Amino acid sequence: MADLTTDFVGIKSPNPFWLASAPPTDKEYNVRRAFEAGWGGVVWKTLGEAGPPVVNVNGPRYGAIWGADRRLLGLNNIELITDRPLEVNLREIKSVKRDYPDRAVVVSLMVPCEEEAWKAILPLVEETGADGVELNFGCPHGMSERGMGSAVGQVPEYIEMVTRWVKQNTRMPCIVKLTPNITDIRKPAAAAHAGGADAVSLINTINSITSVNLDSFAPEPTIDGKGAHGGYCGPAVKPIALNMVAEIARTPEMANLPISGIGGVTTWRDAAEFMALGAGNVQVCTAAMTYGFKIVQEMISGLSQYMDEKGMTSTSELVRRAVPNLSDWQNLNLNYIAKAKIDEDLCIKCGRCYAACEDTSHQAIAMSDDRVFSVKDEECVACNLCVNVCPVENCITMEAMAPGSTDPRTGKTVQATPADWTTHPNNPATRAAE
Amino acid sequence: MSHSPLTPGIVPGRLDAETYSENFSDLHPPLDRHEARVAADRCYFCHDAPCVTACPTSIDIPLFIRQIATGTPEAAARTIFTQNILGGMCARVCPTETLCEEACVRETAEGKPVKIGELQRYATDTLMATGDHPFERDDPTGKTIAVVGAGPAGLACAHRLAMYGHKVSVYDARPKPGGLNEYGIASYKSTGGFAAAEVDWLLQIGGITIETGKALGNGLSLPDLKAKHDAVFLGIGLASVNALGLGDEDMTGVLPAVDFIAKLRQTSDLASLPIGRDVVVIGGGMTAIDAAVQAKLLGALNVTLFYRRGRDRMNASVFEQDLAASHGVRIITNATPKAIHGNGAVREIEFDYTDDALTPTGETLRLTADQVFSAIGQTLQGEDLPALDGGKISVDETGRTSVSGVWAGGDCASGGDDLTVTAVAEGRDAAEDIHATLMGAVG
Ligand SMILES: Cc1cc2nc3c(=O)[nH]c(=O)nc-3n(C[C@H](O)[C@H](O)[C@H](O)COP(=O)(O)OP(=O)(O)OC[C@H]3O[C@@H](n4cnc5c(N)ncnc54)[C@H](O)[C@@H]3O)c2cc1C
Ligand SMILES: Cc1cc2nc3c(=O)[nH]c(=O)nc-3n(C[C@H](O)[C@H](O)[C@H](O)COP(=O)(O)O)c2cc1C
Ligand code: SF4
Repeated sequence: MADLTTDFVGIKSPNPFWLASAPPTDKEYNVRRAFEAGWGGVVWKTLGEAGPPVVNVNGPRYGAIWGADRRLLGLNNIELITDRPLEVNLREIKSVKRDYPDRAVVVSLMVPCEEEAWKAILPLVEETGADGVELNFGCPHGMSERGMGSAVGQVPEYIEMVTRWVKQNTRMPCIVKLTPNITDIRKPAAAAHAGGADAVSLINTINSITSVNLDSFAPEPTIDGKGAHGGYCGPAVKPIALNMVAEIARTPEMANLPISGIGGVTTWRDAAEFMALGAGNVQVCTAAMTYGFKIVQEMISGLSQYMDEKGMTSTSELVRRAVPNLSDWQNLNLNYIAKAKIDEDLCIKCGRCYAACEDTSHQAIAMSDDRVFSVKDEECVACNLCVNVCPVENCITMEAMAPGSTDPRTGKTVQATPADWTTHPNNPATRAAE
Repeated sequence: MSHSPLTPGIVPGRLDAETYSENFSDLHPPLDRHEARVAADRCYFCHDAPCVTACPTSIDIPLFIRQIATGTPEAAARTIFTQNILGGMCARVCPTETLCEEACVRETAEGKPVKIGELQRYATDTLMATGDHPFERDDPTGKTIAVVGAGPAGLACAHRLAMYGHKVSVYDARPKPGGLNEYGIASYKSTGGFAAAEVDWLLQIGGITIETGKALGNGLSLPDLKAKHDAVFLGIGLASVNALGLGDEDMTGVLPAVDFIAKLRQTSDLASLPIGRDVVVIGGGMTAIDAAVQAKLLGALNVTLFYRRGRDRMNASVFEQDLAASHGVRIITNATPKAIHGNGAVREIEFDYTDDALTPTGETLRLTADQVFSAIGQTLQGEDLPALDGGKISVDETGRTSVSGVWAGGDCASGGDDLTVTAVAEGRDAAEDIHATLMGAVG
């Protein structure tokens, strides 16, 4: 079995699966259960400064989006940072770390944007024996109204400043957790990098309203007739998170900045994708909240099997494996020509490909009286919509045309040499250069 | 419990009260809201869906299932009733395994179709439970139409005509309307007096009167009806039965399966219904299966169903055959009744084994029997009917008969496959043609 041991900014863990800072990591009881189940590490639920803890709403704090069969696809929450006293959390962190020295225990922090506040809390965390800190610059609700969380994460100057304070005041590795509620993720990441962060983690939750109650006309979750936006997470946010991770990973100046990938990780496959795009490990919240801690067993067995099949002996061989293939649109090969192909033996004759192509695309699928569906190569632009709407996996595939053959749609010969937009005759920039 | 399944002869009360009510409860218990959502989520919303083509009434199945999936079963029911006003009964009795569900692409994909019939029931039950009728009657046209037979064909025809504002007089020979919905369908498919409730609900459209106890040939004549109305629709089903032809039909214990079933459907106390210990059913269709299964459910010890050809030729679907087998009915094929033995009351029945050409092989079988139900087909009954074709009233695709101004549909009419849903389709389509004819759209 492949070795899943991971070294992330000097923090070792038996596998790359950590629980993200959230309810699953809010208490010693939960974290002990998580470690017993096999999780490699935890980022403890965000701690605030000493004194009276924050309070949470006493009504529903989650809303959700479901797919078929009520499979949870997206979760939204209006929970704040831990609402338990600082001393209790610190005592519990110390006790857990003592009993599980091989697991990663990182402590998430959010205190006011003043150096004194950070100076005060860091030694207390160090004293627990924790492996590192994560700065929560991401929480998009409640705390941000008080000038913390994403209110800091949305201003690169603040990120850099606070990161620098932290680095100056502790020996512990410092991970900066980024908010996705910005326009360009590279800016806050670069600020964290400039401030001396050992790593960034992303994404935190996305501003969201999951649904509106059409009887009371209030957003869900509703507290006494009113609702506030929350933070969105779970499988639905994975594509957004993957892109943000990729954007940072492919920026040359940040190529060596370690990334902890977060957002919708539910299976080993999700984790492997984050890692291939540059994440050194992953953090999980919603999947654990949906199915319980046991899912980590599938993640461990799945990733090991995959790595064995690929002949990889260490997770570092997987990390960044897809980064060289991240490109810009303008560099994609316009001479690559594909056509959809329908496997008649696999086809169950639902006709969804026909409806999709005929109504909304290129009229490139023919339907016979006895419901045989076939692609008209002379119309097909290879958009992939039929593949995406087909309920049967691999029934419709995209087949590349061999160089030298003729594309019946354009009547042109398929070229073997790549050519992209930068050299295309229709590109105004190309013409201007001529 | 005065008797047990072991008691010889034809006796009532073979089971205790609890077993009776368990045996005659819903074959498929209704889906609850959650089950319906889960089942609806499986529909792929196919383009030009094969299930719609397979439904004789062409219900827009993907649309109604999507309406269920989005939490609007009432709208789903409206979609169903627009095509099939007896969608509630059809959801219970359609052999979906040979209709819509057989055509479902998920049957192709996984051998497990979307539960179309059960979803249809969920939607129609939801709307009918509100008591509301989803359609409104158009302004009166002043035309009157006679509908003879208040079975599925007649009711579907009457409802569609009434919707268009015509005045409809329905006549039926039996004491209650509903046709075989009321007197024929197996009890476990239509529980809780659903057939009668459905008729009441359907009549809310208004403009329809029903007179029972009035039959063609007994109080009614076709020329008379024609003279008094602008059009006539015949939906009289098949009221007679084929005889076994063994010359022993008068023997105690030998009776048509449909009579046994009708009595069963009308009884208010199942424990009072006498049933044999050793029951033999002859036939290979839905009636034979229903009689056999219900005999078993009434506590008969041995029930044997004989069919003269091979299993593959049985009219009853594989699902129905399996249902019988699961209730312990023994099915013997390639055997033709030869003689009934007994002295006043049946004691034994004798069969010839036959080959595929129905020629006796020389082997015979003698079986103890105290009750014999024949289910070898029903036939048309009536006087002065329009021209026939193969024993049924000859009709074209819009239900027109050889007599101008007279339409027919359902089991009594040529074509079709003797199902509730086809009767509904034919009644509805005849109504459309009658309406078009009376309003001058077509000649
Ligand atoms: C035992 C049995 C079980 C069945 N099970 C199923 C099933 O599970 N699923 C399914 O799809 N189909 C089933 N069928 C078939 C289905 O019931 C019929 O196809 C359907 O009822 C035909 O409808 P109809 O309106 O043509 O005739 P009917 O339902 O037979 O109605 C005809 C009506 O006309 C009346 N009538 C007859 N003669 C006269 C007259 N001379 N004057 C006035 N009125 C008259 C009758 O009293 C009756 O009310 C079954 C049939 C039987 C016999
Ligand atoms: C109920 C809830 C509370 C959360 N609280 C915190 C928190 O206190 N600190 C933090 O950094 N992130 C918090 N998060 C965000 C998660 O750590 C994580 O970044 C996000 O949920 C995306 O990962 P996922 O898709 O695996 O859930 C919270 C998420 C949820 C659902
Ligand atoms: S009427 Fe019968 S065949 Fe048509 S959809 Fe309903 S259940 Fe299926």
